[in-house]
Amino acid sequence: MSRLLTLLFGRLPIGWLQLSHNKTRLAAAVAGVAFANLLVFMQLGILGALNVATVAPYALLRSDIMISAEDTHTLTDGSNIARAWMFQALGVPGVRAAMPLYVGNLEFKLTDGSSSTLQTFGLDVAQPDFAAPAIAAQLNGLEVENTAILDTKARGIPPEAFDGLRAGEPFSFEVNGQTLTAMAGIEVGGGFTADGTLIVSDQTFLRFFGKRSSGAPNHILLQVDDGVSVEVVVDRIRAAISTDSVIVRSMQAAAAADRTYQTTERPTGIIFGFGVLIGLIVGIVIVYQVLSTDVADHLREYATFKAMGYGHRFFLGIVFEEAIVLAFFGFIPGFLVSLGLYAGLRAASGLPVEMDATRAVVVLIGTLVACSISGAIATRRLAAADPADLF
Amino acid sequence: MVDEAPIIATGLNHFFGTGEARKQAIFDLNLTIKRGSLNFLMGPSGSGKTTVLTLMGCLREVQEGSVHLLGHELYGAGEARQVLLRRRLGFIFQAHNLHESLSATQNVLMGLQVHGQGSARKQMEAAQHMLGLVGLADRMDYLPAKLSGGQKQRVAVARALVANPEIVFADEPTAALDKKSGRTVVEMLKALGQTRGVTTVMVTHDNRIMELADRIITMEEGRVISDNAP
Repeated sequence: MSRLLTLLFGRLPIGWLQLSHNKTRLAAAVAGVAFANLLVFMQLGILGALNVATVAPYALLRSDIMISAEDTHTLTDGSNIARAWMFQALGVPGVRAAMPLYVGNLEFKLTDGSSSTLQTFGLDVAQPDFAAPAIAAQLNGLEVENTAILDTKARGIPPEAFDGLRAGEPFSFEVNGQTLTAMAGIEVGGGFTADGTLIVSDQTFLRFFGKRSSGAPNHILLQVDDGVSVEVVVDRIRAAISTDSVIVRSMQAAAAADRTYQTTERPTGIIFGFGVLIGLIVGIVIVYQVLSTDVADHLREYATFKAMGYGHRFFLGIVFEEAIVLAFFGFIPGFLVSLGLYAGLRAASGLPVEMDATRAVVVLIGTLVACSISGAIATRRLAAADPADLF
Repeated sequence: MVDEAPIIATGLNHFFGTGEARKQAIFDLNLTIKRGSLNFLMGPSGSGKTTVLTLMGCLREVQEGSVHLLGHELYGAGEARQVLLRRRLGFIFQAHNLHESLSATQNVLMGLQVHGQGSARKQMEAAQHMLGLVGLADRMDYLPAKLSGGQKQRVAVARALVANPEIVFADEPTAALDKKSGRTVVEMLKALGQTRGVTTVMVTHDNRIMELADRIITMEEGRVISDNAP
């Protein structure tokens, strides 16, 4: 390590030698940085899962434009809208097809009394083009009343419960006091608002949600003609539907707005975002304490170097060298432990907590920046190294 | 002029403290130190000899008067100039002030790397050669904690001399050394003066080495009270 750093810096790696000389302090410092990294990784992991889980339901649908009530932030909140808007939109040039979408939550009850919340989508089975291929292929089976496509990765339901379904056997279960039969399975998984997903026909949906009416879906999905700009059609529809009670957005914009809402306006997103900040502050404080103590412990040696003719930049180099060493050494265990905790969290919660290269690089850069900030603060103590005091 | 007198102090006064606590430590000091000479500064504790040493070695700001060091006026000299001048000096402290995390060789290398000259290999050879000259060829990779007090001081001497300084400032360099080692170090400094023109200004109370001095300056209460300048 010393040789490598000597080659790198073109001088003795004083910072590394100082850190490695006091192994107890080095271990404590590395553990501190690793802990701060772990905090940040966990918060970002959950935030990432929130992002993925928020947009995952949008991937179940194949639509270019979505019309929703003006108070809508997500797929499930907001008022219902009049289906009449769908017919008006169909008259807009460029709109090829339209479908009402019904969304609600159903309680899946197991025989042992436990339950899971399933986000339920009611689709028009005659329009499979509006569903993702995996769903579209199974959609005609939902023409039979009280049948469904069930999320086999739903949280809280033992995986073995779906063994028969995977083998092609219908699987019946109780929902809202009625029996629903799953004819096929899809793999989606749990999110922050529901434990899994259920796809039913619009007719079955209305049967299970007795207070809902076919004339008031949650959203209206639109597909545009081939070669026509989605944004152009969105503008046309906005012009045609001159009301403030609905919002017309591309499906992509709706998903992005949902994600922004979840991460910046909902408590879950804000809490975990704040957690990232806390992790950074913890890291900065820990590294500052280590570097500051190290500078204080070596003031006499630094004063000697000053007497020998070393300039201020040399000392800054030592402190930043230490900061970078701590950043790298702390990042590695922090990253590895995070991978383990991600796996544990995934298994325990069913949330899509995944590590990706971008996050790892961003956290490493953040660690380097945080450690450098700590180093910059710690260098203020260098002024106390006065060579005149040596005699 | 530089060859004749690397250090010229004229009308030097120095004060410590401010306001009512302000106390004068050096009074109208005038000294000219010849190139290649071995000079001892002597005097009781508090007589101002260490203050003079730090003023001449650009470790302390000149408040009143003038110090010409290697042709440069130190009064009003900026930090950058002082740093450059210090690189032409060698310091040996009473407390060796070795870096605890660095081996003997690495400590000596620090005396060379400040100049940024020569390949890493040549610097290493020079450091090892210097340690050999002070009798530590078999202790090169030792950390200071594994060295005796005398050995540490010899590493400090090697560090001060390895870059061929033009002036060596030393504060009680023989205090931690036995008679033989102490004498060896001072003889080395004297030889450097005779062969390479290295000037040495040394604060010492060591009577065992007095006959090696070219000049003995005695101070008391901030003033020179005796000077056997030739």
